[in-house]
Amino acid sequence: MGRVVVDVMPKPEILDPQGKAVAGALPRLGFDGFVSVRQGKRFELEVEGEVTPEVLEKARKAAEVMLSNPIIEDVVSVKDASGEVA
Amino acid sequence: MSAISQARIGVITFPGTLDDRDAARAVRLAGAEAVSLWHGEADLKNVDAVVLPGGFSYGDYLRAGAISRFAPVMEKVVDAANGGLPVLGICNGFQVLTEAHLLPGSMIKNDHRSFICREQTLVVENNRTAWTNAYAQGQEIVIPLKNQDGQYVCDDKTLDMLEAEGRVAFRYQGWNPNGSRRNIAGVTNERGNVVGLMPHPEHAVEAGFGVDNGTDVRGGVDGLGFFASVLATLVNA
Repeated sequence: MGRVVVDVMPKPEILDPQGKAVAGALPRLGFDGFVSVRQGKRFELEVEGEVTPEVLEKARKAAEVMLSNPIIEDVVSVKDASGEVA
Repeated sequence: MSAISQARIGVITFPGTLDDRDAARAVRLAGAEAVSLWHGEADLKNVDAVVLPGGFSYGDYLRAGAISRFAPVMEKVVDAANGGLPVLGICNGFQVLTEAHLLPGSMIKNDHRSFICREQTLVVENNRTAWTNAYAQGQEIVIPLKNQDGQYVCDDKTLDMLEAEGRVAFRYQGWNPNGSRRNIAGVTNERGNVVGLMPHPEHAVEAGFGVDNGTDVRGGVDGLGFFASVLATLVNA
């Protein structure tokens, strides 16, 4: 089974309320020193068989059209993660 | 029967839509026929206008409105809207319209990170659209607001373009309830047939069930103007 991993992050100029909430909670638990947190999304797309260049291209297209909204988010990576342990 | 009473206005139901019944009721109170449309059918049933109501379609999964945007009915809505059909998106419906690229910008979580539910004053910034012509330019209206992902965002260039073209349809007055850029509560497309806003006009359409207006408890029916506007648009078309 092949796997493509797509990472999507809020654009740097867009306020990230969820990241801000996490950043506010960390020091309360004693995790000091993290000056900011941004929260994104990771998608794992599994395919039967290998991740071919065609599969990667299709995943890139899906990332642009559906998995992200270009007004508020950037697709930061689309990669073959078949060898990684889930 | 007058032309107004013959108008047929479609109300789309997606999985997770909450306010379709209220929207249909608002349509009927304005004097038109409400026609139920189903997300899974690529059929607008020859309606004269379409309302995308509020709610949490697909549980807001992925992004609010992101999955509904690909529903079979939406392909028809996009085509019809580009052809001039009046389309109103309320709350989640507004989010669906931005995801479908019928309206610019997008909504992210409220800046204060809490769900909000209140009666909200808006200023009508453009009364020349299909859904706002019953209001005076600059009129203040009060309708309910209830959302979690209501913060309107887009880049500065788009904001300047919207301002220059008069496409900010509504602005929050007195208090910005969600951090929306430039207090924007609703926008319109270039042609003025597609309007989207976060607050809920369909919840302020009948005395006794509207918003508190200072004199009558629940007497505020400022939302009715949206539906009166589209009927006037259809009659004059």
